[in-house]
Amino acid sequence: MRAAVLLLILLPPMVAQDLCKDSKDGFKVRLSIKTALGDKAYEWNKSEMFLFRSTLAFAMRRANQSNQDTNYDTANILVCNDTQRVSFVFVVTSPDDPTQLIPREQVEQAVKLSKHRINNVFLLSDMTLEFVGIPPTLAAPIVYDTPPWLIVFGVVIGAVAVGIMALLMSTVSKTRRAKDKAAGFAGEDAGIVKENGTTLSSLGGVYNQAFSNDDRFTQL
Amino acid sequence: MDTTSKASSTPERPKWDNKVQYLLTCVGFAVGLGNVWRFPYLCQIYGGGAFLIPYLIALVFEGLPLLYLELAIGQSLRKGSIGVWHSISPLLGGLGVASMILSFLVGLFYNTILAWVLWYFFHSFEDPLPWSQCPINDDNTGYVEECVISTPVNYYWYRQTLNISPDLEESGSLQWWLVLCLASAWSIVYICFIRGIETIGKAVYVTATFPYLVLTIFLVRALTLPGATDGLRYLFTPDWTLLTNPQVWLDAATQIFFSLSLAFGGLIAFSSYNPKKNDCERDAVFVGCINSATSLYASIPIFAILGFKATSNFNACIAGNILDLTNAFDIAEKNITTENYENWLMFLNSSDPDKVSGLNLKPCVLQNFLGQSASGTGLAFIVFTEAVIEMPGSQVWAVLFFVMLFSLGLSSMFGNLEGVLTPLLDLHMVPKWMPKEIFTGLICVLSFLVALIFTLGSGNYWLEIFNSYVGSVPLLVIAFFEIIGVVCFYGMNRFCDDIEFMTGRRPNLYWRVCWMGISPVMLLVVLVAYVAVQVQTHPMYPAWNPQYEKFPETEVKPYSDWVFAICVLLSSVPVLSIPLVAVYRLIRRQTRSQTGSSYQNPYSNPAFTPDEPIQTFKAL
Repeated sequence: MRAAVLLLILLPPMVAQDLCKDSKDGFKVRLSIKTALGDKAYEWNKSEMFLFRSTLAFAMRRANQSNQDTNYDTANILVCNDTQRVSFVFVVTSPDDPTQLIPREQVEQAVKLSKHRINNVFLLSDMTLEFVGIPPTLAAPIVYDTPPWLIVFGVVIGAVAVGIMALLMSTVSKTRRAKDKAAGFAGEDAGIVKENGTTLSSLGGVYNQAFSNDDRFTQL
Repeated sequence: MDTTSKASSTPERPKWDNKVQYLLTCVGFAVGLGNVWRFPYLCQIYGGGAFLIPYLIALVFEGLPLLYLELAIGQSLRKGSIGVWHSISPLLGGLGVASMILSFLVGLFYNTILAWVLWYFFHSFEDPLPWSQCPINDDNTGYVEECVISTPVNYYWYRQTLNISPDLEESGSLQWWLVLCLASAWSIVYICFIRGIETIGKAVYVTATFPYLVLTIFLVRALTLPGATDGLRYLFTPDWTLLTNPQVWLDAATQIFFSLSLAFGGLIAFSSYNPKKNDCERDAVFVGCINSATSLYASIPIFAILGFKATSNFNACIAGNILDLTNAFDIAEKNITTENYENWLMFLNSSDPDKVSGLNLKPCVLQNFLGQSASGTGLAFIVFTEAVIEMPGSQVWAVLFFVMLFSLGLSSMFGNLEGVLTPLLDLHMVPKWMPKEIFTGLICVLSFLVALIFTLGSGNYWLEIFNSYVGSVPLLVIAFFEIIGVVCFYGMNRFCDDIEFMTGRRPNLYWRVCWMGISPVMLLVVLVAYVAVQVQTHPMYPAWNPQYEKFPETEVKPYSDWVFAICVLLSSVPVLSIPLVAVYRLIRRQTRSQTGSSYQNPYSNPAFTPDEPIQTFKAL
């Protein structure tokens, strides 16, 4: 009689251990707390494990919200192979039948859905809280309306264009002022000299090479 | 000869506002990208401190004499490269033409490198830096495969910047973003170059001095980074045995030569705007020494940062191995550290060797990481950008680095373009109605259009071809003929007289010995050795081919025949003008001597030609 009672009491945990060990529906979890938090790292103990199991139960509930079957509890999360690494294996049992395991794919879906919440509970990230076999979903790339490099490009090109315009304008105004001055001189004369007086060709003369100040000819 | 139009509309030759502008422009021209990304690499692979010996010997016996020569002839003859060589001897007019063609071709690809620098500069403002992580593929399931197999930095350079084609034959299309960057590079060059030395002289106050400021900032930052001393020790540890290798001497001589930007005609152009009485000997020594000093100064922060990068990679390698071991054996976190890694490895190997070998741990040796050096674009856009990611405040360092590269390259571009502009102005090829601004604009637009080749998918391969074939042998040939031209055709005595007039003293024995003997011999030896080394192997190029089975290694492919023909053409066509012009002049001289005197009689006064119509006296 006593033996039967003892067996009855000890059976569920033993059964639970058997369900967890070597199960194909289980996932290995790895936490790297010291890497993530450094000095502020907390110690992994039974309370933290309880938190993990309740978080995972929450994840299962959240995944099955449309279903009426949302009575997942911490007792449905079974853990084994706990190591010093802080890594262990867990399986999820069905709330209706504790001997039946939830298939791997469903657990994977649930974890993927709530990974961000699970990470934040433990102050970890996708890198430091690993579910072996469940790759983290990558963050969607940021889409800009105008890529920032085009903005910098626009600023640079705009400044350069303004500078070029300014320089060209100053040249134009300089030549215009020179022309006005030359036109002023021409007006005083009888009109024989058309242009700026320094242009010898307009006078119709011929350059007298004997007076060239080109060094090649003057050096003896 | 039409002497009327030639002399009648001669405006005063432009001149430098002050000596500082001139010196800064020459220093800026000489100090370029090569000082930052070629010299440190050579120093490292040729035995560190020992390389300084052939380098300094080359500077003293080859670099400085040639530099002094170019500055002196430009200052005394007061013309651009074509005019100067025509004055020395009409047979040598081809030298000037060759310099001009070379300056144009080099300017084309040099500014494309600046366009790439601009592209990286524009992206340095992003957070996180785009080359620090792989982009996600189309269906958000993972990272782009090409990036995962190689590294994010490599992927960013080869795919997102160049979008390089796997083969030179496949040209691909114009990459619009590179066209935009090229357009901005040429616009920036134009605005500085718009009025010739008037605007260049103002721009060099910034472009020539800013790199030194940035190098100093980097020096201070780099020396405080972990691993900096490893990098510096690796760079400067002398390996004297390498001095017996002739390749070292060849590379030292070519490095000095190309670093000083000789034979482009740009230095002749710059010094032609000087007043006649200017001490060009001191200028030459100053520019030459500053150039070498800058190379040395730049190599310190570069190698400190490379040492930091090697240390970071080494630590990451060890950390990766530690993580693998920790996960496989379920050891508590942080039990295995970098210090006791070796002990743990031995212990685990002895207890379970199969499991350890199954992990495929990477061998982490610091020397291997230090040895991963690169030169050229590989250093700037791959190695250095990777280092910058690890530094705190990456954006600031990236921006500073690329602005420094841009100003280094920009001041060298001024010299290239002056080497094109000044001869054209001296030859009066500019129509009178065209102001200088429009003419410089035309040069820039034409260069931009031709340089669009380098924005194609295969553009980088073409740039390497230009770099190796245009920027090497022709320059050596031109420099050799320059020295021969001055020593043999102009005459050493006449040249010394000119220098005495300009500087107030005759050049001393060292200069004369170098000009007449050592430098031409050295140049000839370097030229012959260089060509001999090149022709020994059929030229190959490294191609980035994702389909290659050993990817991410680059696939080494040979140049096909038509490409090789283009390479030979690029090397020989600029140089061909030297014999062509000489032959043409000889023929003209022969035909002229048969018909009558060809040289102008300086005492003939065309103003008194009795055949002239009466209208010549109308205006008097």
